[in-house]
Parts: sequence; C-alpha cells; structure tokens
Amino acid sequence: MRERRVSRGARPSRDFEAFVAGAAGRLLHTATLLTAEAPHDNPRARVLLTHAFAHTYACWDRMRGEDPYDRARRHLAVRFARGAWHRYGGLGRARPHPGSALARLTPQQRLILVLRLHEGVGEEQTAALLGLPTDRVHAICDRATATLLHPPREPAPTVAGPKVVPS
Amino acid sequence: MSRREREVAVRRLMEGTPPPVPADLYGEVVRRGSRMLRRRRAARRLMWLLLFAAVVVFSLWAAMVQPWVEPPSVTTPPLTGW
Repeated sequence: MRERRVSRGARPSRDFEAFVAGAAGRLLHTATLLTAEAPHDNPRARVLLTHAFAHTYACWDRMRGEDPYDRARRHLAVRFARGAWHRYGGLGRARPHPGSALARLTPQQRLILVLRLHEGVGEEQTAALLGLPTDRVHAICDRATATLLHPPREPAPTVAGPKVVPS
Repeated sequence: MSRREREVAVRRLMEGTPPPVPADLYGEVVRRGSRMLRRRRAARRLMWLLLFAAVVVFSLWAAMVQPWVEPPSVTTPPLTGW
C-alpha cells in the first residue's frame, strides 16, 4: 500500500518508463508511416511521437484503467490529422519520401489505412476518432488499398475495385 | 483478389523495416510532459486566484454599496413638521 503511494508520488513512474520502452518502437513505426518519411530520417514522426508520449505522461495519473497505448495512438492520429491538413497536405504537398511504402497516398488515406490495417483499429472507432461517417472510412480505405496495390497509370481509378481482377 | 488477400498484402507492404527509436526519447518525453503538467498546474492556480479575487472584490463592493437596502424614496417628499 505504502509502496503504491510512493511510486505515485514520484512523478516519472516506473510504469511509464516501461510503457514508453515497450510502445515506442511500434508507435514510431506508425508515425513514420503516417508522415511518409524514410525509416532513418524521420524528424516529423519523432516530433509527433514525442508529443503523443508527453501528453500520455501528463495524464498518466488520471488514467483510470484506460489503455495508455490506445490513448497515445489516438493523440498521435488526431494531431497528425490536424497538422496534415495545412502542413503536409493540400496543394504544395510536402515531398513524401519515395522510400516510404505509402508515399503515393494522400495524408488522409495514409492515416486511415495505417489506423485500420497497421494498427487494427475498428472501422467505427476510426470513424469516430476522425469525425467521419463509417462508410466514408470504408471507401477511403478501399481506395487507398487499390492505389497501393495497383499503382495507377491513368488518373486514379474512380471506385476501389473489389471487382478489379489482376491479369 | 479477395478483400482479405488485399489487406494482407497491404499489411505486408507496411511492415517494412521499423525505424530505430532515438536514444533520448524518454528524457525528451519526460521533459516535455512535466512542462505540460507545470503549465496546467499554473493555469489552474491562476484560475483559482482570479476566482478568489473576484469573490473578495464582490463582497467588498456589496458591503460598501449594500444594494439590498431599499433606496430612499424620491417621489414622496419626506414628512416633516406634521
């Protein structure tokens, strides 16, 4: 009992350190996929990750049985979504690194694809997190998948094709 | 190609090589996080202080002005020498 209180009083708790050690690799990978940077040169992804973890740190003591990983991931996604619109997206889209797997996609497509398939977040949760209708998330995910698997030679295919048959 | 197959293919595409985690990440996170906490605490303290000041100012004003006391009537002249 006393130990518990002591560990709570000491701010950077053991638990948090263990959490960062365990989650950093995976979340950094996620962040790097989002920003479409090369794995060895990813300043933006690092900044995103640091902010997400710092936020988790700040509400560590108030988290009641909530999954800290989920919380950090949500923060990461929302921050990226907010920043992507005016910084990386839009007209002068900032050079996605050609070394990235997702360089061909738009920031929004990347975000949804990574959340859905890489992180395994459910469609409803993704939609709720980003404030989009569920079927829109579904459509964007499908289109992103299609773009990724069949790089378009002509201007992007209109609707993602479950019916597209590879020759 | 079924939906499942496509999802598996995309997942594999995204796997790739995981980026190396920077060594000073934890320190930076704790520094930034404690700054965030400090700022939050300062903001909360400031809010309480403002609230307290507002309460004090209000009670001083109320004690001086006493707005609950009925003001002397101005329409009826005071009855004197009756």
